[in-house]
Amino acid sequence: MHIENLVYMINQIESFYRSDPEQAVAVEGIRNHVRRFWEPRMRKAIIAHLETGGAGLGELSAMAVKLLAEEAAAVA
Amino acid sequence: MQSKLEHDFGTPESHAKESVTLTIDGMTVTVPAGTSIMRAASGAGVQVPKLCATDSVDPFGSCRLCLVEIDGRRGYPASCTTPCENGLNVRTQSPKLADLRKGVMELYISDHPLDCLTCATNGNCELQDMAGTVGLREVRYGYEGHNHTKSQKDESNPYFTYDPSKCIVCSRCVRACEEVQGTFALTIEGRGFDSRVSAGMGESFMDSECVSCGACVQACPTATLSEKSIIQMGQPDHSVTTTCAYCGVGCSFRAEMQGNRVVRMVPWKDGKANHGHSCVKGRFAWGYATHPDRVTHPMVRDKITDPWKEVSFDEAIQFAADKFKSIQTKYGRDSIGGITSSRCTNEEVYVMQKLVRAVFQNNNVDTCARVCHSPTGFGLKATLGESAGTQDFDSVMDSDVIIVIGANPTDGHPVFASQMKKRLRQGAKLIVIDPRSTDLVRSVHIEAQHHLKLRPGTNVAILNALGHVIATEGLVKEDYIASRCDVESFEKWRNFVSRENNSPEALEPVTGVPADEVRKAARLFAAGGNGAIYYGLGVTEHAQGSTAVIGIANLALATGNIGRRGVGVNPLRGQNNVQGSCDMGSFPHELPGYRHVSEKATRDLFGTAWNVTIQPEPGLRIPNMFEASMDGSFRGLYVMGEDIVQSDPNTQHVIAALEQLECLVVQDIFLNETAMYAHVFLPGSSFLEKDGTFTNAERRISRVRKVMPPLSGLGDWEVIQKVAQTMGYPMNYNHPSEIMDEVARLTPTFHGVSYEKLEALGSIQWPCNDAHPEGTPTMHIHEFTRGKGKFIPTEYVATNEKVTKRFPLIMTTGRILSQYNVGAQTRRTANVAWHSEDRVEIHPVDAEDRGIVDGDWVGITSRAGETVLRALVSERMQPGVVYTTFHFPESGANVITTDNSDWATNCPEYKVTAVELTKVTQPSEWQSNYKRFAEQQINFLHQAEAKA
Repeated sequence: MHIENLVYMINQIESFYRSDPEQAVAVEGIRNHVRRFWEPRMRKAIIAHLETGGAGLGELSAMAVKLLAEEAAAVA
Repeated sequence: MQSKLEHDFGTPESHAKESVTLTIDGMTVTVPAGTSIMRAASGAGVQVPKLCATDSVDPFGSCRLCLVEIDGRRGYPASCTTPCENGLNVRTQSPKLADLRKGVMELYISDHPLDCLTCATNGNCELQDMAGTVGLREVRYGYEGHNHTKSQKDESNPYFTYDPSKCIVCSRCVRACEEVQGTFALTIEGRGFDSRVSAGMGESFMDSECVSCGACVQACPTATLSEKSIIQMGQPDHSVTTTCAYCGVGCSFRAEMQGNRVVRMVPWKDGKANHGHSCVKGRFAWGYATHPDRVTHPMVRDKITDPWKEVSFDEAIQFAADKFKSIQTKYGRDSIGGITSSRCTNEEVYVMQKLVRAVFQNNNVDTCARVCHSPTGFGLKATLGESAGTQDFDSVMDSDVIIVIGANPTDGHPVFASQMKKRLRQGAKLIVIDPRSTDLVRSVHIEAQHHLKLRPGTNVAILNALGHVIATEGLVKEDYIASRCDVESFEKWRNFVSRENNSPEALEPVTGVPADEVRKAARLFAAGGNGAIYYGLGVTEHAQGSTAVIGIANLALATGNIGRRGVGVNPLRGQNNVQGSCDMGSFPHELPGYRHVSEKATRDLFGTAWNVTIQPEPGLRIPNMFEASMDGSFRGLYVMGEDIVQSDPNTQHVIAALEQLECLVVQDIFLNETAMYAHVFLPGSSFLEKDGTFTNAERRISRVRKVMPPLSGLGDWEVIQKVAQTMGYPMNYNHPSEIMDEVARLTPTFHGVSYEKLEALGSIQWPCNDAHPEGTPTMHIHEFTRGKGKFIPTEYVATNEKVTKRFPLIMTTGRILSQYNVGAQTRRTANVAWHSEDRVEIHPVDAEDRGIVDGDWVGITSRAGETVLRALVSERMQPGVVYTTFHFPESGANVITTDNSDWATNCPEYKVTAVELTKVTQPSEWQSNYKRFAEQQINFLHQAEAKA
């Protein structure tokens, strides 16, 4: 998976959810969308990208990926 | 010519609730008020002689053959134009009536060729029948007088002939063109004896505005308008009712047959989606099914640079099964997947996704809806709770204001467009939101009240602007929202959309649409009565496709326009079974019935039924498969009935991904563009060769019936089943009806569906279950599937596909009436007479700036690639926007389109590509390479066929 594409995709998702006035709702929207629609390889790749600095990730996207990372760690 | 295999009641059915009772030939007859005496008699088994009447058009009363006697009335009224009334006593036969009818027939026959034995309609000619019925034995006027019997035929249309020598000037064709099709291409030219049917202003049919829908041919009582297939083959002897394999209207047809040979396709009068109407594709373009290009033997090869080798089904399937198993052993369970097709039946799609989930043991299944209506599934599920349109097609007849956004139904969904145009001619108002001046904007007797000619990529902005007017001018249906919607979400939406930055004035520089026009359109929609919204791929195929679908649902909810006839949110599905392929669990995150794979109860339900463990994580979407192929983690793909190389964006990227695969299996009726990159080819069957069901855009499940055996010997579902069996999974259906029975057992919205019920009802709109045993024409009547309707704010975000100095024009893509999707079917028919190449439409100003004139070869360059097409200079485009179709592979339309896609679903942004056009003299490099590669692959096929 090209990480640039995944970063682009999650930032697109952020652009939809960020109109919500409550930031937590927006972040949860992004996290939930990625969890429901992204194949595990894609999720792993974006989590790994955050762990190496998360270049290019939007602010809310980064927060959502952090939640996904915590969730993945809890399952592991 | 008319079909003798279907009863003609003479005049249309009345739908009045009140009934009237009268006496016809001594029989007491009760019919709905408004029924003609002719129809009432026909229903009672009395066929009144007729020539100018047919039940597809309003009565005309010109032939004077259907005269009757009515007690207490003077003269001899025409039974076609005389409505039934309580207490009438009607006689259809008397010596005087017989005398009158014979006199009329003498006049007709005195100017008619007497070549009945060699006439194409021999045995199926109403004029011939009427001569027999009235007992015509002589023509007192003789045959030598002035007549039309030497008139020249018009053979210009590839599918039917116009022979004026046989015309009786009954005007049935003219009325069918007006009332049924709504094109008004035909007229009666001349007066008195000189009267003749004429296409346009004395033009040939081909040169006229005729759209070749066949309504005139169907209405003709003689051989004047005859299908060339009938002229060539003769009359059919039986018919089988089935469903068209083209667009999402899903028209019912009767395949009229001689043995296993189709003679013609005739739209079925009782078809609930089309009511006896058709378009040029469904009516005439079925010859591809027996085209010489059909590949009917399985083939295998190790590398795509190798020639094909014809093998048996067993060998080919063993080859594929071994490859898939070996790939999974080497790269893991998730390294293979499958793609289903909207051109296949529900049953085929169901077994394909079952193959992936139960046999491949992953969720890597996707479908071509990925590139068309996946945003519809997402947007409508989020707001209304169900991934489907809310109405039946007939609902439009109760609409007062119709919005058509991002759709061109007269080309893409022509039969529904005819119904919509009928409603518009009755006075419904029309708002068109489209960058192009489509035919609906202005055509005969139709003119949109508002054409919001927006810039491509700004749908969400215009929807927000409409919402702003509705929310800020007190046009919201507050009581509806209070009782039917999630009020909290509404308040959030109202606050959002009321912001000044969403006003028509603020967004005018973005959309290019005058604010005043937007305000007027919003007021009309909100306050004009029943408001219905119809949309197509011009909404979904954008970076904000899902957002726009949500925006449409927001507007419908805010104005209280969901939950009754005449209103609703209506996606016009591109292909015949887009709805069905999505219903059947083709998406990588959903099991059949749109249930997410993360739901344990659903997984357990299917897991128990299939005796496997269903994976809880979503699989790869088509573009993700390409990505995974490029990174080496995806190595095997089974594509059924799809041509991703031609239809998906950024062709170069698609090809690069396919070239990485160790095993690509393609199941199709032709060696399509994707098959040229395949290792295994499994021959598919056309819609004429299979049993099954299609589900159209109005959720209507209709039977597809086998009219001839599969040319390859196996139906598509049988091939997939063999693959499953060969991979070690016991899949043992005996008939597609058993597959539908399983769907019904496992899917709540299909619980009541069975072939037996489909046989009894003709078709069924899901949900069909205990609550709705005969289906659901209108959804969300009392409450939404999700409970309360949910509003969601839709922030406009400009696409990243920007125009620049290097790429100053926006290219958008679409389809044309005569061709269908990638053209694999229609290119192999005489439909190429209308459209033999894709052209790029350009506004005269842009053309002049570049020194381009109509017909010039122009290079189209985007950030993704370059191709060359001929120019069509047209004012249908606005300056700065160019348009093309994608029906021919050599055009390379998707060489230019980019990887940009919808944020929620990855549906490609086909509708916005920044390009530059320049005059050129030779094909692009891609086209030259394509030509060489395609020739090589066709040679490989021919070599295999020659060896076999």
